[in-house]
Amino acid sequence: MIKLFASKLFFRSVLIFNTVIVILPLLFIVNSSLRETNDFARSPMKLATHPYWQNFKDVWAGGTFPTYMKNSLVVTGGSIILILLLSLGAGFVLGRYKFRGHSIILGFILSGMLVPAKLAILPLFIQLKWMHLLDSHIGLILVYTSGALPAAIFIMSGFFSALPSDLDNAARIDGASEFQLLRIVLTPLVRPGLAIVAIYSAIPIWNDFFLPLVFLQSPEKKTIMQGLTAFFGEYSSQWGIIFAGLMIAALPLITLYLIISEQFIKGLTAGAVKG
Amino acid sequence: MAKSGLKRDQQRFTYLLLLPALLTIIIFTSLPALTTLSYSFFHWTGFQRGGFAGTENFRRLFAFPFRDSLFMAMRHNVLVFIGILIIQTSLGILIAYALYRLKRGQRFYRTVIFLPVIFSLVIVGYMWQAMLDPFYGPINYLLHKVGWDSLALTWLGSTATALPTLVFINLWRWVGFPAIIFLAGLNAINSEYLEAAKIDGASEGQIFRKIMFPLLAPSMTIVTVLTFIGAFEWFDLPYVLGGSSGSPAGATDTLALMFYRLSFGSVDSGANEIGIGAALGVLIFTVVGIGAGFGSKYLRSREVQM
Repeated sequence: MIKLFASKLFFRSVLIFNTVIVILPLLFIVNSSLRETNDFARSPMKLATHPYWQNFKDVWAGGTFPTYMKNSLVVTGGSIILILLLSLGAGFVLGRYKFRGHSIILGFILSGMLVPAKLAILPLFIQLKWMHLLDSHIGLILVYTSGALPAAIFIMSGFFSALPSDLDNAARIDGASEFQLLRIVLTPLVRPGLAIVAIYSAIPIWNDFFLPLVFLQSPEKKTIMQGLTAFFGEYSSQWGIIFAGLMIAALPLITLYLIISEQFIKGLTAGAVKG
Repeated sequence: MAKSGLKRDQQRFTYLLLLPALLTIIIFTSLPALTTLSYSFFHWTGFQRGGFAGTENFRRLFAFPFRDSLFMAMRHNVLVFIGILIIQTSLGILIAYALYRLKRGQRFYRTVIFLPVIFSLVIVGYMWQAMLDPFYGPINYLLHKVGWDSLALTWLGSTATALPTLVFINLWRWVGFPAIIFLAGLNAINSEYLEAAKIDGASEGQIFRKIMFPLLAPSMTIVTVLTFIGAFEWFDLPYVLGGSSGSPAGATDTLALMFYRLSFGSVDSGANEIGIGAALGVLIFTVVGIGAGFGSKYLRSREVQM
């Protein structure tokens, strides 16, 4: 009985310890972002009893920060829309039609999952330059879309092939065209798959640092993660502003995560966990 | 007649829906991936391709002055892989099992433990830079407070501690990921096995060691392979905290950083060496491909035996 209690206590304290390690640095950032820089420098560990909101205003008024955020929204949003549209269509065809070359095409798409984007970066750089898509959000969106599509199509075709085939026949007898079948009958049914695909691709794109670093040069085109490095160079010892900047950059995802954490976990581990 | 109309509709629809996706993948993934290899066999001046170079780029990569930083970077990647694999995997299993035992409150802990995984490594990097700051950071503040002044090091600033510190930061960010994968593995175990073992009088430790741990092998394969790929393509965190040259004094240099310097030039040396960069890219790709391929094959074969 004592032993049972001891092991219960041990495993419970593992979880509590982990929670503290995760939360404390975040609390430190939140607290410090609400303090005036000189006040912080005098005593870094004091609580922000009188919140100093000016830091947030300063970050936002600096001009570059809202631009970075807007660029990230455009790039991530554009990629997600393209990924969802293309994987919905391709997933439908591969999940519900039988045709010659089906398995070859599926195999080709799956092989795309094995290519690490980082190592194709040199030819990609020169190719984008040649296509006049370097230093452009559209170029970045196309590269992200291409990188996320194989997994997205794989996930979507799985969702489509799991639906009963009676649905198609019933819709066709009722006179629905193939397009109507996809849009009206099947798309609402694969919505959970679309949610997984959206999260699976959105988080890494929003968080990505490497591709913008290589492909975007103009300051006004930079994404938030790339912009943060410039921002930190600019405000190297103005702690209040730095912490407020970190908060603003991290806030959108944290908020979303706290609302739909289960979908986040499912989406981000999709591909690693079966079922 | 109606049947063939449907067939024609389907055929048209197949092309219409498949082609855009296929073309995007071919143009922006397949083509560049295939041409990387060819780049390594040519001379380059900046981004201008010159004549055929044979294996010269590869030979130069393994000669002075690149050889030393190549081997140092590779050593760091290997150390990081081993470090992450041992620490992150064992902690991941421990947390997963602690979650698995919970009857209530699993959702709360799961949400908290997975939270750092959604953060960008840029944000995580700067956050820990502030946490570990020698003058203003809470870590050293606490160490001084409890009198362990000798432990209050310049964590990211000295060559001895920089790489282990980066591995720790990586651990903080990633450990929720293997934990969730192992939890899914534990949940997939048939409870009849566990009941039978309990009836036979096996202790909790015995059940874990003899039944659950071997049945976690598929999750272990996934985590190991993903860790391997991640470790040999390690870029964001060392770049954010040590710059493209892996400061201090190259202590956090990795193969991917060296690839970046060679391909796109660096602050100190300026010019880029695309041919040698491409040769290094091919080398990394080969290591990752062979390692992940053979590794997963070997680990899978052990799964079957169990």
